[in-house]
Amino acid sequence: MPPRTRPLQERSLLFVTGKGGVGKTTIAAGLAQMLADQGKSVLGCEIDAKGDLAAAFEIPPAGFKPVEAVPGVQLMSMDTEASLREYLRLNLKIPIVGRIGPLAKAFDFLATAAPGVKEILTIGKVTYEVRAKHYDTLVVDASATGHVIGQLAAPQAINELVKVGLIRNQSDWMLEILSDPKQTGLVIVTTPEEMPVAETIELSAAVREKTTVDLAAVVVNRLLPERFGPRDEAAFDTMSSPTGVEALSEMLGMDVGPVLSAARLATTLRRSRSVHLETLRAGLPAGMPLLLVPELFARADGLRATRLVATNLAEELGS
Amino acid sequence: MSEAAGAIERLLSEREIVVTCGPGGVGKTTTAAALGAMAASRLGGKVLVLTVDPARRLANALGIEGIGNDVVEVPASVFEAVGETPLGSLSAAMLDTKQSWDALIAQHAPDSATREKILENPLYQNLTGRFIQSHDYIAMERLFELHSTGEWDLIVVDTPPTRNALDFLDAPARMADFFSSRLLRWLIAPSRSALLGVASKPFTQIADRILGTQFLTDISEFFLSMQAMYGGFVQRANSVARLMADERTSFVVVSSSETVPLREAEFFTAELAKRKLSIGAIVLNKALPRSISDPAAAKTAHELESRREQLAPRIAAELDLDEATTARVLETITESFTDFSIVARREAASRDRFPVKGAPLITLEQMDHDIADMSGLIEMGSGLFAG
Repeated sequence: MPPRTRPLQERSLLFVTGKGGVGKTTIAAGLAQMLADQGKSVLGCEIDAKGDLAAAFEIPPAGFKPVEAVPGVQLMSMDTEASLREYLRLNLKIPIVGRIGPLAKAFDFLATAAPGVKEILTIGKVTYEVRAKHYDTLVVDASATGHVIGQLAAPQAINELVKVGLIRNQSDWMLEILSDPKQTGLVIVTTPEEMPVAETIELSAAVREKTTVDLAAVVVNRLLPERFGPRDEAAFDTMSSPTGVEALSEMLGMDVGPVLSAARLATTLRRSRSVHLETLRAGLPAGMPLLLVPELFARADGLRATRLVATNLAEELGS
Repeated sequence: MSEAAGAIERLLSEREIVVTCGPGGVGKTTTAAALGAMAASRLGGKVLVLTVDPARRLANALGIEGIGNDVVEVPASVFEAVGETPLGSLSAAMLDTKQSWDALIAQHAPDSATREKILENPLYQNLTGRFIQSHDYIAMERLFELHSTGEWDLIVVDTPPTRNALDFLDAPARMADFFSSRLLRWLIAPSRSALLGVASKPFTQIADRILGTQFLTDISEFFLSMQAMYGGFVQRANSVARLMADERTSFVVVSSSETVPLREAEFFTAELAKRKLSIGAIVLNKALPRSISDPAAAKTAHELESRREQLAPRIAAELDLDEATTARVLETITESFTDFSIVARREAASRDRFPVKGAPLITLEQMDHDIADMSGLIEMGSGLFAG
């Protein structure tokens, strides 16, 4: 029997989400770069249109029309109105020039009030790209944890509300792509901290309950390196005690306090984070792949960070 | 003492509403809770913290776990247990979007038949339950409602996570716009076929091809029922917008010192200024200690590193430690320092670049533990008061 799912790197539509501040966009960029390194043609799609995904590749913010960021990676930014125009042009053959004016104006109001209009146009565009096979893989820098369920569940919501018409037919094939774990996967990015971990566990349950999308992996970003073994830790405690600091400072003729406090901070942060990592492991379905990405300590920004993350992810995925 | 000292204390004493806002993941909710706790304990009066989705342990610390939309008072004993003698009282409430919408409908519906019709409409259930934009409006609406009871001397409100940090500010105006728009009249038109005018035809035709007639009927029915409440809604939305701009309200922008959140906070600060809204303070959380970016400390770390082999035996002898272990630990210490000092220097540089116009900038150092109880909130709040 063929396996039900495929490894992350072999799917054609990957949504990347996570709580604000965990490095969702950095991971999405790293994932796109990793896939391009493996010879795939990748379309990176930014939903929130802040230009952060473009910044991760050090290019100016992309528009609705994809631009090349690095060899193998094209980037676009979601624009629901442009998506609607494209949709109308492709599907209805509507003479748009004359009529898009009032329609565009109406669209703004409708998208604000009618449920899921923006969401369905977003999902519609990315699933359309998967169906059209213009790229090997789409990496979607999706909305943050609070919004992503509404986005992924939009075709179902439309199906509940709209019983006939073009939209209904289309939400059917959108659902088909979204629900296929061989094609589509969700990646949740978190950090080993209390609130992001709690949100990740909640989201993983909500994804199963409210959407048809398969959770492909959880990325734990900004992991602090394990520095001390137990014996080292005891020695460090002695050295960073008031007596130790005094002795060291005297020997060196300099105040070692600030240096030791940095090491102390590193140790306590790592300790508290490892607890949260355990909570995460326990709270996720058994066998869920956890991809660990270390803290980069801001040595790298932009493209350099993206490449480091890509290398790390490739190692974690064993590819 | 920095120039920011006393700024937060003044803000909490002078204003009736303090709104914390900013990018996600920077401790916005915790900051709101710390502000509320300090105001209640040290400044007195009846204080309410209205929060959106606090971490469970924080909710537990405030005694508001699983309370839905109700306002719950934090017992004085919670303060006393951490050595505080509260001058006032602290209450807390969470925002339940669905419940708040239902209450709003109940309040504005002209009769029970209209109310039921709206509550049962599938469109309404989707609008309020599943789609996030409705959170923005209802958060502001709930704030308005709580404020107009006159029961609270101060309300600290934590803004909902928004797609765009400013959505919640624009939500009331958008809602008012929507309810008085021509589009709405178009949407309602099919249900009143006699009124189906020429102007609405192209739109209805296109909409019909895309969405199907049944969905359009659902939409019109929904908005037709809602029509009875337009007046109330528009008026209400305008009042909410006015309250945000009122001098009784001030905003505290919360961020960390990292590049991306700072960029967002900068954008946010500029937008608040553009709308002539009051910016009470800018709080940068989770900063690494200044001492780590001190050049003297970097020199010390370098010395420790270059003289390690010669220092290790002496330290080992002095502190009664194993020599090899001491050398290894020394190496790790300097590595850790280097890692963190790079971050600390970048953060300090980013903070210095942050354009602050007329609002005090308060930097809070990274704590080595999560804030999950009253003592943590008071510790953080004391840092905020100190500036």
